[in-house]
Amino acid sequence: MDLDVVGLSRLQFALTALYHFLFVPLTLGLSMLIAIMETVYVMTGRSIWRQMTKFWGVLFGINFAIGVSTGLVMEFQFGMNWSYYSHYVGDVFGAPLAIEGLMAFFLEATFVGLFFFGWDRLSKVQHLAVTWLMALGTNFSALWILIANGWMQNPIGATLNPQTMRMEVTDFGAVLANPVAQAKFVHTVSAGYVIAALFVLGIAAWYLLKGRHVELAKRSMTVAASFGLAASLSVVVLGDESGYLATEHQHMKLAAIEGMWETQPAPAAFTAFGFPDQNARETHYAIHIPWVMGLIGTRSLSNQIPGISDLVKLAEVRVRQGIVAYGALEEIRALGGRAPVPPALQARFEEHSAVLGYALLLKRYVDDPRQASDAQIRQAALDTVPQVAPLFWSFRIMVGLGMFFIVLTAVFFWLSARRRLDAYPWLLKVAVWSIPLPWIAAEAGWIVAELGRQPWAIEGVLPTAVAVSNLGIQTVLTTLIGFVVLYTVLLVVEMKLMFKAIGKGPEDELAHAPGTHSPLVGTTPAMRTAPMITAE
Amino acid sequence: MILHTLLDYDTLRIIWWLLLGILLVGFAVTDGFDLGTGTLLPFVASTDLERRVVINAVGPVWEGNQVWLVLGGGAIFAAWPQLYAVSFSGFYLAMAAVLLALILRPVAFKYRSKRDSIAWRATWDWALFVGGFVPALIFGVAMGNVLQGVPFRLAPDQQIFYEGGFFALLNPFAVLCGLVSVAMLVMHGAAWLVLKTDGLVASRARVWGIRAAIATVVLYAVAGVLLWGFVDGYRITSAVVTTGPSNPLFKTVEAGVAGSWFANYAAHPWTQLAPAAGIVGALLTLMALVRRREGVAMLTSSLSIAGIVLSVGASMFPFILPSSIQPQASLTVWDASSSHLTLFIMLVATCIFLPLILLYTSWVYKVLWGKVVPGDISGGTSHAY
Repeated sequence: MDLDVVGLSRLQFALTALYHFLFVPLTLGLSMLIAIMETVYVMTGRSIWRQMTKFWGVLFGINFAIGVSTGLVMEFQFGMNWSYYSHYVGDVFGAPLAIEGLMAFFLEATFVGLFFFGWDRLSKVQHLAVTWLMALGTNFSALWILIANGWMQNPIGATLNPQTMRMEVTDFGAVLANPVAQAKFVHTVSAGYVIAALFVLGIAAWYLLKGRHVELAKRSMTVAASFGLAASLSVVVLGDESGYLATEHQHMKLAAIEGMWETQPAPAAFTAFGFPDQNARETHYAIHIPWVMGLIGTRSLSNQIPGISDLVKLAEVRVRQGIVAYGALEEIRALGGRAPVPPALQARFEEHSAVLGYALLLKRYVDDPRQASDAQIRQAALDTVPQVAPLFWSFRIMVGLGMFFIVLTAVFFWLSARRRLDAYPWLLKVAVWSIPLPWIAAEAGWIVAELGRQPWAIEGVLPTAVAVSNLGIQTVLTTLIGFVVLYTVLLVVEMKLMFKAIGKGPEDELAHAPGTHSPLVGTTPAMRTAPMITAE
Repeated sequence: MILHTLLDYDTLRIIWWLLLGILLVGFAVTDGFDLGTGTLLPFVASTDLERRVVINAVGPVWEGNQVWLVLGGGAIFAAWPQLYAVSFSGFYLAMAAVLLALILRPVAFKYRSKRDSIAWRATWDWALFVGGFVPALIFGVAMGNVLQGVPFRLAPDQQIFYEGGFFALLNPFAVLCGLVSVAMLVMHGAAWLVLKTDGLVASRARVWGIRAAIATVVLYAVAGVLLWGFVDGYRITSAVVTTGPSNPLFKTVEAGVAGSWFANYAAHPWTQLAPAAGIVGALLTLMALVRRREGVAMLTSSLSIAGIVLSVGASMFPFILPSSIQPQASLTVWDASSSHLTLFIMLVATCIFLPLILLYTSWVYKVLWGKVVPGDISGGTSHAY
């Protein structure tokens, strides 16, 4: 990746997205776990469940704050750094983002305040409703964001309007029912649940090891293990690569993940290990497991998975067809907008308008794709291959960890059923040290999905290099450095606060009995006595 | 889908222009008092407990309020994509400054009171001030630049080229608009604090509210006079096509038309209600604060903000974002919107969800009704900030 404006803008987007994605999946899962715990409290009336709800709620709140602010950055960055993208696909891509705000984020953000501030102002059932609405909002939010993201991977239900030079919605139902979006939603939300489950499991295991808050810890582990087992099964079984082959646009990503340079007879073998070499177009020291790839990728024994070389050949054909569409588009635009377009010209445009994006790949090398040389066309076709090695490795890290999470949560589920959660201290230690692992898996998953989409911003429609804003390198560098510095500081601060809240443990619920007052988080006795305060 | 033809394209464009105004007003009226409160924090509260009272006065609601900004961003993206693309990339560094300030704000709310250290809390108090003041100023400065025209041009393929620097944004008229924005949001924040707090904090807020209300009236009036005398508007010179494709380059525009930003007020006198509400609302807020009618002050300052925000739109209609270097590329209501179908779908979604949002937001405010008193904070059982 060159460090030009495109490279820097990509780097900034990737860093802010990866950072945002540290907090969001945890809040996705924690909101559900909290809602489950509070439900048990309301149904049984046992105050320990209320204590659990509040304790995990504090950790939820710390993460939610950063998730909100970094989410705003994600939304604004499309316009700031990707202005041609925003113009080109805003008609389609903007709608799910706006509906996310209307339907989900408002719900989540409005009720999150009441979740924390409403304990004394609401009845039990009212507060439970607030918590569920908050959790529902959080999860709806993921749905709409992934509908938007799914469309970037598989842009259906829209066509290019030559008069406005942008993609416009023709079938909003297709955008909503996009199979890639559906698969991504289930996969990503489940991954968030796994993160939260292992987070709760690990912290509770630490309490058990220390012999602190044992009752709270055991109950938390039971909830987390069962929730986590269901979620980690769902992540793997309903993995989003299931959507890859259903849609023609994702073939290249699948082949790159596999380091599969040549098409193999079905069912293809899975390359368990190896070193993909982009230049030599082969994977060195590969260890193959027969049949497995065909099964994972196609869920069948007979469907073929195309290899990279064949896909490049196909891309070259499309670049040439795209040039024809580009020529027709230029002629239509030369008519000046208000004059009627001759049917023959319109037909020439429509014949190949679906692959117009492939002609735009040439914009890196030549201003007018119609002037491109054969060598440039071949290079543009080659450009459609993403960086194979990082995809290959990220995918294997993600899948390997996914398998481990199933085993881990299954073990704790079984221990919990046998009431022997504290029987094996070494297992508790494994749980503690496993806390960061689902984050690594989730970030690897993001890299697979989004690095695998390159060189496209919108797969097959708009190349990333064309989508970028016309900004100066120094301008982008300034904000990139600004975000990195601020985000680093915030990460340190938030980790410290998390450790502090975990070290402090849950508040003593007995203090909440009527007539007594409990100390607030972080309030010293001096601060509770108003006249004594001379903080300035 | 043919349902969308029930509403004409030009009608939908007008509706979405109005909704753009409603969203901006929604943001300015709700998150506006959070921004104003943040700006006022160092001035109305000196002890730690007083500061916590101020912070908790907005604590439970600022998150929901900020969604108006998120929704505004999303709705502009969906309904006015070219406006979103040009303004966000053109005002790049200004937007980045707003973002950095707004990142600090939620974190400051959540983290400030989680440690006892005085230095820690003072740092986050400063962050809360920045998180309130900087966005309030920049949003106003941006409006001031929009009124003068922004140096962008569009290539035939609609690629956007912005040819101005960051410091060019800080011209005198724009800075004046920024100060109008700060003054009105401080007035609004003060009205909120008077309503939600007691004692010293409330009485200091009252004084600041009175000052800010006077500043709002004066600065807004001066900005209006300068707009009349020194800021030339724009006018479409080709035939106005209201249902054509959204391509700004299909029209011609004349720049430097003196007084054209006031033409709408003459042609449609009822639009004068907007600037009138801006002035009268601020004056009523002043009276309400002097006479200690706290609930009234909140309503009238909302009215003033709505009037001021809407007056910008009323002046410029049908322009949304004029271009100073390629007037033809100016974005207008008639050529910067989404497609007919997208505008319709988004309208349906808005009609379903906006009333729901207003319903549950009102419920939340009702539950949280009442003053924040020191006892809630030092001895309360809620997770106050």
